[in-house]
Amino acid sequence: MTQITMTQAINRAIDEAMAEDEGVILLGEDVAAKQGGGVFKISSGLTEKYGEHRIRATPISETAIVGACVGAALTGFRPIAEIMLMNFVTVAMDQIVNHAAKLRFMSGGQTNVPLVIRTTTGVGVGFGGQHSDMLEAWFAHVPGLKIVTPSNAADAQGLMRAAIACNDPVIFIENILCYGLKSDDPGPGHVVPLGQAAIAREGSDCTIVTYGRTVLDALEVAGKLAEEGISVEVVDLRTIAPYDEARITASVEKTGRAVVLHEAVKQYGTGAEIASRLNEKLFGKLKAPVTRIGGAFSAVPMANALEQAWIPNKDAIADAVRAAVNWKG
Amino acid sequence: MTDTAIDRDTLLDIYTRTMRVARADEKFRSLLMTGKLAVIYYTVRGQELVSAAAMAALDPSDYLVTTYRGQHDQIAKGVPLNPLFAEIAGKVGGTCRGKGGSMHITHPETGVMVTTGVVGSGLPIANGLALSSQNRGDGRVTMVCFGDGATNIGAFHEAMNMAQLWKLPVIFLCQNNRYGEHTAFSDHTKVDSIVTRAAAYGMAGAKVDGNDAVAMYNTTKAAVDRARAGEGPTLIEAMCYRMMGHFFGSDFSYMPKEHLAEMTAEDPLPRLRQLMLDHQFTEAELDAIVADLDAQMDAAAEYAANSPLPGPEEIRKDVFEEEIAA
Repeated sequence: MTQITMTQAINRAIDEAMAEDEGVILLGEDVAAKQGGGVFKISSGLTEKYGEHRIRATPISETAIVGACVGAALTGFRPIAEIMLMNFVTVAMDQIVNHAAKLRFMSGGQTNVPLVIRTTTGVGVGFGGQHSDMLEAWFAHVPGLKIVTPSNAADAQGLMRAAIACNDPVIFIENILCYGLKSDDPGPGHVVPLGQAAIAREGSDCTIVTYGRTVLDALEVAGKLAEEGISVEVVDLRTIAPYDEARITASVEKTGRAVVLHEAVKQYGTGAEIASRLNEKLFGKLKAPVTRIGGAFSAVPMANALEQAWIPNKDAIADAVRAAVNWKG
Repeated sequence: MTDTAIDRDTLLDIYTRTMRVARADEKFRSLLMTGKLAVIYYTVRGQELVSAAAMAALDPSDYLVTTYRGQHDQIAKGVPLNPLFAEIAGKVGGTCRGKGGSMHITHPETGVMVTTGVVGSGLPIANGLALSSQNRGDGRVTMVCFGDGATNIGAFHEAMNMAQLWKLPVIFLCQNNRYGEHTAFSDHTKVDSIVTRAAAYGMAGAKVDGNDAVAMYNTTKAAVDRARAGEGPTLIEAMCYRMMGHFFGSDFSYMPKEHLAEMTAEDPLPRLRQLMLDHQFTEAELDAIVADLDAQMDAAAEYAANSPLPGPEEIRKDVFEEEIAA
């Protein structure tokens, strides 16, 4: 079977959506052909097909980029804003939080903002404190926003199609280290509905709930623990908010144990919300406390040695699962 | 058309729009004073004519983005009074089912796409509305209104640059009412005129006495024509006065006596009435227009009073397209 990288998958999803709907446009820094099709080449080839009026390379003006996308979305366009790196969304927070997220509600449903904000990030590249953060918890706290992150190329394609088709704003988080990941080619027109988690690996002793790049770590740890006789189920959220609570709850009800894992800083992260809701739903059925693993409570450091110490570590993930399985109360 | 010429139909249109704004504002203040309404309200007293003349130069299908002090813009653009009054009162019959209020009036049927409560945030959004018109070739222009206080926030600069870069069909209407909240213009901005900033973006700019109906209309019309012809955006600085405090009922003793005297002398309402008389409209004709508007205001206030309060289920609706589970 032919394979496709995550970069190719996202490019294809955008290409397909642009071919179907004139209202799909892409705004962002360096995104047009003249600038090379984006820093990570996601929009490579699209300007040639759809023109500079639809693939608009912008000034370095995140507020203006997101604001223009909000305005275009209000008229029925389905804009995609590329915010080069996730830390730069902080510059556009007013447009995202006060406008994109709230205009449907504040207008009593008269208007809506079918906008996708694509952004990338990731720890492990040595970009340091202002180019590496996973800020999904900030957005998950805002009513009106959906948050999506793929862990593999096929899902990236399908989730991007669903995100563009969504009539509400979607924050689409990509991980720099995942762009080269290959999946079996899901073929054209592939859609992964928002709000549906995937069972990345079935197991019976403990559930790891995670999303994005750390799904890969969880799968590696699950493979290793299988050799010790521990059966781990890995659930890939895919949509971080609103998340597939039914599937997560069912998995943890089955295994009786859960570790929630994310690359973002552990404190006040989305893991806290998921763990709390698992406790509310399954108190009395849990065989061990739900625990969380996340990034350290510091800015992301630059030096690779420090980055590796900062990031959720595979040994720590395995230890957390072992601790859950061996919990004696 | 020269800067001093205007036809009678346009003048009558501007007068009617101005007085609709003025009588609505008067009604809101009277409802607040008598306790029939207890909401935050940013009075538009003093800025009625700026909006009326500007909106008279737009087509009904053109887009408008305005700010929390925006009732004059919305009314002049054509938002119907009944749902407007009900929205300000927080009732189900409001434009936004009571979920937006005076700071977030939205009415796409009359082109009012966004009213923002965040200073300066409307400008980048206006670019997007204009961008969609540019790509569609639908001939619409977008106007965004904001105050002098909005010109020192980053969104203003980002939006101005992008609009000119892409020659978007957008008009940036700065209603320079000489105060940003409690801070006088000269205490928040070093240059004498906002319009000088247009040059920094290579953009066309015009400064106008916003209380001069003819100049205000003609200046706006020229900008609208430019935008519609694909010649790009314009920054208009319309000089006017905010004749009361920041929000209704708030103290404005920080305004110096000379400023108060100046703005009273420049009050746009008596000045416009005189202009109408100069153009051979009669006192009786003008009074009849106002009487008719007052009847509409009474009806709108009654509609709002009788409209039901929104129920708690509204909280789960319109967060997303799909309703949030109870």
